[in-house]
Formats: sequence, C-alpha cells, structure tokens
Amino acid sequence: MSDRLPGFSTLAVHAGAQPDPTTGARATPIYQTTSFVFNDADHAASLFGLQAFGNIYTRIGNPTNAVLEERVAALEGGTAALAVSSGHAAQVVVLQQLLQPGDEFIAARKLYGGSINQFTHAFKSFGWNVVWADPDDIASFERAVTPRTKAIFIESIANPGGSITDIEAISTVARKAGVPLIVDNTLASPYLIRPIDHGADIVVHSLTKFLGGHGNSLGGIIVDAGTFDWSTGGKYPMLSEPRPEYHGIRLQETFGNFAFAIACRVLGLRDLGPALSPFNAFMILTGIETLPLRMQKHCDNAKAIAEFLSGHPAVASVSYAGLANDKYNQLARKYAPKGAGAVFTFSLKGGYDAGVSLVSKLQLFSHLANVGDTRSLVIHPASTTHSQLDDAAKTKSGAGPDVVRLSVGIEDEEDLIADLEQALSA
Amino acid sequence: MNHDAYPDNYIRAILNSVKSIAMVGASPVNVRPSYFAFKYLAQRGYDMIPVNPGHVGKELLGRPFVASLRDLGRPVDMIDIFRNSSHIMPVVEEALTLDPLPKVIWMQLGARDDAAAEKAEAAGIKVVMNRCPKIEYGRLSSEISWMGVNSRTLSSKRPPAPTQGMRLSLNRMSVGGGDTAASDRAAKNKSEQS
Ligand SMILES: Cc1ncc(COP(=O)(O)O)c(C=O)c1O
Repeated sequence: MSDRLPGFSTLAVHAGAQPDPTTGARATPIYQTTSFVFNDADHAASLFGLQAFGNIYTRIGNPTNAVLEERVAALEGGTAALAVSSGHAAQVVVLQQLLQPGDEFIAARKLYGGSINQFTHAFKSFGWNVVWADPDDIASFERAVTPRTKAIFIESIANPGGSITDIEAISTVARKAGVPLIVDNTLASPYLIRPIDHGADIVVHSLTKFLGGHGNSLGGIIVDAGTFDWSTGGKYPMLSEPRPEYHGIRLQETFGNFAFAIACRVLGLRDLGPALSPFNAFMILTGIETLPLRMQKHCDNAKAIAEFLSGHPAVASVSYAGLANDKYNQLARKYAPKGAGAVFTFSLKGGYDAGVSLVSKLQLFSHLANVGDTRSLVIHPASTTHSQLDDAAKTKSGAGPDVVRLSVGIEDEEDLIADLEQALSA
Repeated sequence: MNHDAYPDNYIRAILNSVKSIAMVGASPVNVRPSYFAFKYLAQRGYDMIPVNPGHVGKELLGRPFVASLRDLGRPVDMIDIFRNSSHIMPVVEEALTLDPLPKVIWMQLGARDDAAAEKAEAAGIKVVMNRCPKIEYGRLSSEISWMGVNSRTLSSKRPPAPTQGMRLSLNRMSVGGGDTAASDRAAKNKSEQS
C-alpha cells in the first residue's frame, strides 16, 4: 500500500465510492429505502446507541448519501460531512449545534439574499441573534464580538457581487474570540477555494449550485474541519456535555475530531428532519465527478464575458474579481488562483428599467433564481431575490436597482457574448 | 516515530498484525468510549481482555476483568490504554515488566505522554498516541464511511459484504498519509493556545 496523495480530480471521481459489495455495481447505487434491517436485537441497540457503524433509517443516514458525504469531505479536506436537503437546511443544522436562545453569531453583510432573510427573520424566532459585519472591514468583526458570540459566518465568494472574502483574516478574529468560523463555500466550490486550508472550522454548501452543477437537484452539506476544540468553557454543550438523547454520551469525547459532523447528524438531522433524498444524492454525486472540468470552463467563460462587458458602452461597471482592475483582484489571486468563480454582477447605465429590459431580451441566458447550472443564467436581484430588502440593504449587499447578476454556464463563450451583445444593443 | 501524524501504513500494519489486546481502563458502562471500542474490536475478531481493578469478578461481554497487566497470565500483542495522559506512565512502566513484552502500546484519543512513549519505543515497542483503534479500523476498512466520515482511503475493488464478527480488509489506497492537515492544524492551535 503506498501512501501517495491522489489529486483533486481523482478524489472527485473516487472518494467515498467503491463497487457495491452485494452486486458489484460500479456506479453508486441509489439506496431508495427508508429503513435498514437489523441483524439482531443487540445490533439494533448498538446502532441506536451510536456504538456501531451502520444504517438505521434514512432520516439519520443512507448509503448513497454517505458516499456524497465522504466525497465532499475529501474534496474540502475535512474529517467528515453530513448531507441535508438544501443549503438553507445545512445552515439551520449547523447553528442549532452552536447557539442557545439568546446567543449571537456574527455574519458578513455580503451574503446570498436568502441567507440574509433566514438569519434576520427565521433565526430571530429561535432566539439566535445575528450581528452584521462588513467583510471589507475586518475590524468590524472584532468589534462585533461579545461574550454571547458563538460563531462567525461568511461566504468565500459572496453572492451576488462575486466579491472575495479574506478568510484567513476573519479566521484570526474567530480564533481570538474562541468561536468557530463557518464558511459558505457554495460559489467557489472546493475546486477554486478550500476554506479549511485558510482557517475555516466548518464549511457549508448549497449542493444545488456548482457541486451538483446541472440545476436538477436541491441539496446541502456540512463539512467538519476537525479543527475546533468544543470542550473549552462549556460554551458548546451540544458537543461537550452528556447528551440526554443518548444516555449521557459526550460527543466530543466519543468522536474526537469529527464530533461536530456527528452532532449535526444525531442531534440536528435526526431531530429537525431535513433529510436529503438518496436520488438527489446520486444526481449530485454524478455532477461532482466532472466538477474540475466544469468549474474551469465556468470560470474561463466568466472572465471572457466580464472583459466583454467592461468594454461595452451600455455598461456602467462590472464587478468581477477576476478582472485585473477589480477591487477584489488581489484577494482573488491569493484565494482563487484558478478563477474567480462564475457568478458576478454588473450595472447598467440605464438603471432599473435597463436591467428588466436586458433580462427579457436574452435568448440563451435563462431568467431564473439559481446559480451554478451548466446553463447560463441571469437575474435582476432588485426585482427578485433581494426584493424583500429595502433599498439601502439592497445596495449594501451588492444588489442595487441597476445591478444584473449572471451565473455563467459552460456553453461556447462566443455564443454567450453574442447573446449579451444583441440584448444590450437592441 | 513522529507522533503528530502517523502514516496510514504504520497504523495498518499494527491493526493487521495484532491478535490480542488488553484494554486498560475498560468500562462496563455502555455509554463510555472504552465500552464502544472494546465491543467493536471484539466483534472484529480481536481477542480482548478488560483490565480494570474496580470490576474484578465481573465480565465485559463475556470476558472476565483482570485487575492489572501483571494479572493477565498470558502474553498479549497490544495494550490499549483508556486513561488520561497523567495516568499513562505507570501503565507503561508496568507493561515494560511483562515477559514477553507487548508489541504495541496504544493510547486513546486525547491521551498523550511523550516520555512514556520514548521509554516504550526504547524497548522496541511500537507506540500510537491520541488515536482510537475503533476509529482507525473503521477508517482504514472504510466501514466508518457509513457515518459520512472521510476515511482518506480509496479502492476500486469489490469488498465482501461485511457480516458480524468478520475481519475487514484494511489494504486500501491511502489518500492523506497520516492525519489530515486540518487536525494537525487543530493540534498546533491547541499547543499555541496553551
Ligand atoms: C451562497 C448560497 N448559500 C446558500 C444558498 C441556499 O441554498 P439552497 O437553495 O440549496 O437552500 C444559496 C442559494 O442560492 C446560495 O447561493
């Protein structure tokens, strides 16, 4: 046995998967079953007591989902992962392990609009209080820390603006505060950025986007970096204290550096219930096998389009971190040298109306509320994803009225540019 | 041996070669990590002996407790120590009085005593610290993958369907060498903080 390290593309195809022991099937089978037969009463008791590895019920774990979990954990360089039904479900499950009612978490102001809503409204009713900070001003994170702070949440590449976050600088703040850093790595995917290498303790994804990659399946995942010591100061009782749900087991003591992923499974997924369908897991796994190929093409197309738009007379500005003169280009070179992602915004001289008109004239770009599809997508955030925010909040999160967001697909670059050209000039 | 990051081959060779394991600090309480590990290793075919002076006269899963390593009454291949770091040294010193010596001394997740490790290694004994044999066996066989854990191994071979009491193959290709970079960083963070 050699201990040679396989590369990213090899892991994208192989990690977590092996031929099926029973049938020899080489593709990962879809274990479309709710439940699994126990060998005997003792086996059942061992599984329920977390003493043995194995399957019980698909709300707690499923063999198809497990392949997906191990694959993403391997690609991110984490110790373990837990797949759930959507990116938003991943965020709820993570914070449920960390926050008690009345606690706080600090979040970057530049986030996907849906996450801003979730944090501001839904989480408020759980007594989890979000405190906003500016990812372009690291000191604003430091100022936001209080004794009730339990976590910091950022996006590696922020949706919709495509700005790059200085993960290492914010991880230093998190370490000083003694709280874990959670990074939503959805828009980068581990092909472009591996946040754990830069100090993240937990990585979350909407698998719905580039990892699945084909716009056909919702999913989310939580990756445990194995880096955080949950036992200090009794701050994280879900991990450090005896759990009454499991006859007094302490998860950190029992599961060591993958205890957080286990907590998310046996306390989060089990009790909150957002399980991923094994069919979706299969679709997403198939997508991940081509992640390196797709992601490079997404980025190359995005850069060509950003350059084209920068030179167009109808365009006021383009914010794409892959452009040499962009405010985030330095950070892009450091964190995402292979490409600055494929989701970015630009603003039109014609304002709100020009945005609405452009979207209606495009022929190849689809007007819809998603990113990270093989197909190129367009949206006008001010009238859609960010419409619930007031004007000031829209602008702060990078979605002012004149802003159009693209998610560049993997079609031929010339065809995409021709489509934008006709829609801008018509 | 670098005790911060073990190559998979080192752990694999140990788990493939040892047959009998004396577990010092084994607990009959079924939510304690030592109970989990004892039961799992017994199910995977290891000859397990529970060592705990507080439970002499009782059995753990059908195996009688012995009070100390001196009371084993037969040679063992490996000693697995489920005690805090501060209680490791006397156990290792006792192990060094055994004849024949054990081939391996293993200290549980969270337990580490570098001076004790050095003594054991000077006597030709292989040492593993701050690891769990159940987790490592589950990882190298990829059985632990059922829980979404990164086994850091790959295989294109069709494995036999696992059944109870069966030894599993640990001979899969390693992905990450020893421990992950992430957990090395955690260890480093911890030592910087303390
Ligand atoms: C960066 C980011 N995080 C989280 C989500 C939420 O994911 P889901 O729609 O899978 O719940 C999205 C969805 O657009 C996203 O773009």
